[in-house]
Amino acid sequence: MAETKTKAWRNDAIAKVTGRAKYADDYKFYGMLHVVPVYTDAVSAEIRAIHTEEAEKMPGIVRIVTAKDVPGNPHYGQIQKDYRILADDRIRMNGDVIALVIGETRAQALEAAKYVRADLSPLPAIFDPEEAAKEGAFLIHPDKGTNIINHHKVRTGDAEEAFKHCDIILDEFFATQHQEHAYIEPESSVADPGDDGVIRIYGSMQHPFVARRFSACVLGEPLSNIDVLTIPVGGGFGGKDDTAAIVAARAALCARLTDRPCKLTYDREWSMKESYKRHPYKIYYKMGLTKDGKIQACHVTVYADGGAYCSVTPWVTFRSTAQCCGPYVVPNVHCDIYGVHTNNVFTGAFRGFGSPQINYVVEQMVEKAAEALGMDEIEFRRLNCVKQGSTTVTLQKLDNHTVSLEQVLSTTIEKIGYYEKRKNNTYGKLNENGEYYGIGLAMSYRGMSLGAEGPDFCAAIINAQFDGSIIIETGIHENGQGSESAMIITAAEYLGVNRDRIRYHRSSTSTIPDSGTTVASRGTIMGTSAVVLAATKLKAQMSQCLAPALECNPEEIVFANDCLTAPNGKSLTWDQAVLKMFFLREHPFAQDTFRVRDGIDCSWDEETGHGKAYFTWVYGCQAAEIAINPKTGKIRLINAAATHDVGKAVNPPFVIGQINGGMAQGFGYGTMEDLGIKDGKIANLNLGKYKIPKANELPDFIVTLVENYDPMSKSGAKGIGEPALELMAPAVANAIAHATGKRYQKLPMIIPPEK
Amino acid sequence: MEIKVNGTLHIVDDSRQDDELLNWLREDLNLTGTKNGCHVGICGACVVLIDNKPMRACRRLLKHADGKEVTTIEGLKGQNGALHPLQQAFVDHGSVQCGYCIPGMIMTGHALLLQNHHPSREDIRKAIANNLCRCTGYVQIVDAIEAAGSAYDENA
Ligand code: FES
Ligand code: FES
Repeated sequence: MAETKTKAWRNDAIAKVTGRAKYADDYKFYGMLHVVPVYTDAVSAEIRAIHTEEAEKMPGIVRIVTAKDVPGNPHYGQIQKDYRILADDRIRMNGDVIALVIGETRAQALEAAKYVRADLSPLPAIFDPEEAAKEGAFLIHPDKGTNIINHHKVRTGDAEEAFKHCDIILDEFFATQHQEHAYIEPESSVADPGDDGVIRIYGSMQHPFVARRFSACVLGEPLSNIDVLTIPVGGGFGGKDDTAAIVAARAALCARLTDRPCKLTYDREWSMKESYKRHPYKIYYKMGLTKDGKIQACHVTVYADGGAYCSVTPWVTFRSTAQCCGPYVVPNVHCDIYGVHTNNVFTGAFRGFGSPQINYVVEQMVEKAAEALGMDEIEFRRLNCVKQGSTTVTLQKLDNHTVSLEQVLSTTIEKIGYYEKRKNNTYGKLNENGEYYGIGLAMSYRGMSLGAEGPDFCAAIINAQFDGSIIIETGIHENGQGSESAMIITAAEYLGVNRDRIRYHRSSTSTIPDSGTTVASRGTIMGTSAVVLAATKLKAQMSQCLAPALECNPEEIVFANDCLTAPNGKSLTWDQAVLKMFFLREHPFAQDTFRVRDGIDCSWDEETGHGKAYFTWVYGCQAAEIAINPKTGKIRLINAAATHDVGKAVNPPFVIGQINGGMAQGFGYGTMEDLGIKDGKIANLNLGKYKIPKANELPDFIVTLVENYDPMSKSGAKGIGEPALELMAPAVANAIAHATGKRYQKLPMIIPPEK
Repeated sequence: MEIKVNGTLHIVDDSRQDDELLNWLREDLNLTGTKNGCHVGICGACVVLIDNKPMRACRRLLKHADGKEVTTIEGLKGQNGALHPLQQAFVDHGSVQCGYCIPGMIMTGHALLLQNHHPSREDIRKAIANNLCRCTGYVQIVDAIEAAGSAYDENA
């Protein structure tokens, strides 16, 4: 287990504590213009015309851009090209943008935006994904012929037959809400058209490569004409993938059309109105059990509200499908998960990515099952959960890494004192403090990275300079999680040098090969693996060149303590070694790519839902202690504990930081976060009404790191971003049930005050 | 109007009395360390000190700072070019992730520690209750503010 009180280091901390870190809105260029988006009041309507004439005459207005001004294609998307960078035919959600007003100042653009008018004719609208999935429902995208975005299945064993032989069958319904990412920095991008024909984009985003694709599409230009640079990002959590790319593409469009630098900075209300959210799920869950305490069958039907555009709905729901029974062995599974269009705000990537909804359900179902069987809820979990060599519901054998689920469960139980404390659960009777009290826990497994969702590979470059300093970069993007520091630490370790020599070069999309998006908790596992491969290559190259000087075989040279040493005692300092390379006309430079091999490491059959969904897995368990004031219904989080197997903790203080932040976000998801969306309109458009957890609403957390080195990762390290979030809502749900004696099967869990 | 910002005096035309302080700091003075997260006084990303009291710059007008001393994150300095002890504590405790809330968080923490060098963790949580952070779960931020307290004894 890792030491939890290490003095922290990260490469960007000083810039961030002094205010020197420059985020997108902190950039200014000579001649820079300001862009403001225009929305309508509508939720579903035909666009007849957009009137910009009046607004164009306003002072300081340089140009107003609508879909008809787009030189390329205004439609784009990572999976289906249905997103409107500027709405052309229809309004499909309240956050659709019909025009961009470009002004000399932001104030002027804001003023003129009020005078852009749309001539709309109302259309029917649909907000319930289950209704929208039905034959004959109003179509959001008539060209698709259906509102169903995707349908993922698992067909394992014979669930119908198995239910006939079950002693107990539970049949339940759960519903989850939209969740807003609520990164504290709203979206912003500045696009600067260069004299070389390249548009440079400085933006707040977690996926520069997709921002480049969106921009190229809207401009109708090659990818090489757009360079997206890395700058500090004020939080992402999955939310600065598509939406941030759209903002970047709009800034790029305005820059190209005006030939001047353009800044598009969102205010909070625009961000809340337009940016995609976490998918609300309607979940029908049937579980069959035999008296011996075994889960025999699960029948799962889910309608995921994808909102107006596809975004990454098929990928999000893929994870829900592969993990539809949580970390339990179930021999018979019949699962159908539908991603469905509605006229709600669109939904996409959000930390957890289809797992928080499922975990919320499964971890309550197992407790209901234990209760129905008269079994201890922990014993029931131990009996049914995956173990070393177990087979998952998609028929993947868990044998290439350490399956540590029972280890993280036991550790959490011990750290929080679960068995002692559960004696105080009140089950609906007030305790001596006049409160309800409960402790609950939840556990999960999680497939790492993209898995069978798509091609998964990442590049790293190590470039040693002749003075011994080293520049590294990877295709992973710093969103605040500390990825750059993790890469520096890994490079230092594998090159045997002090990390002070290493500078992380903030990549641009023109310098590092496209390595996909920084999501799916893949930064550490993919990025550090690529760094290890590049470091290994560089060492091999240097060994080859320097073996004659060290009078030994290349493979005998040891890289450690800033030295290259031969068994004969001869050595070169790192500085000498690198300089010698230059005299030998060899660049100490290496690039390598870490790849997840299709069909070998990952595989998937769409019809059966069978395959190696993910190339490796992580295991986590979290527990929460709560008290409820019966008069207010307020849930107070007294204490919470988390244990996660991260493979290897590369930079422990920030692994712990990820877990702390994930638990807070998960607690918000479980108990307070709510858009107040009605008929497609969001009522809670700022952080006053959309509540996220505050410092005085949270306790200190007990965090324990488990490190079972993972051979599937080149560095042994896996990921932690998402596992940290996906467990708090179910842990709190179980605590609430133990406190009140009632199950809350709808998120957020709001407890009505007692009269 | 006369507004002192981080020790430098600015003479500002009276016609700008009703201009927003946050915008003026960021756009006129290029002091972009002070952030805008919500623009309605909720998130605390824009907290600066006015005569050592924490204030939300998005809810203050220039007239509110007339004749006063404004301190922004850029004005917080340690001795001999070092980081201020509170900034150093944020670095050492791993309190910084995306960093967007951090300037406001540090200014609020600084105002608290000027008043009370040894607040309890609960006092700290209360003081930063209206500084939202979405990344850290606050634990390591509380750690940093708690640890920096003794540095204020020495300077007092
Ligand atoms: S920007 Fe001032 S409080 Fe949020
Ligand atoms: S560090 Fe990201 S919001 Fe606080």
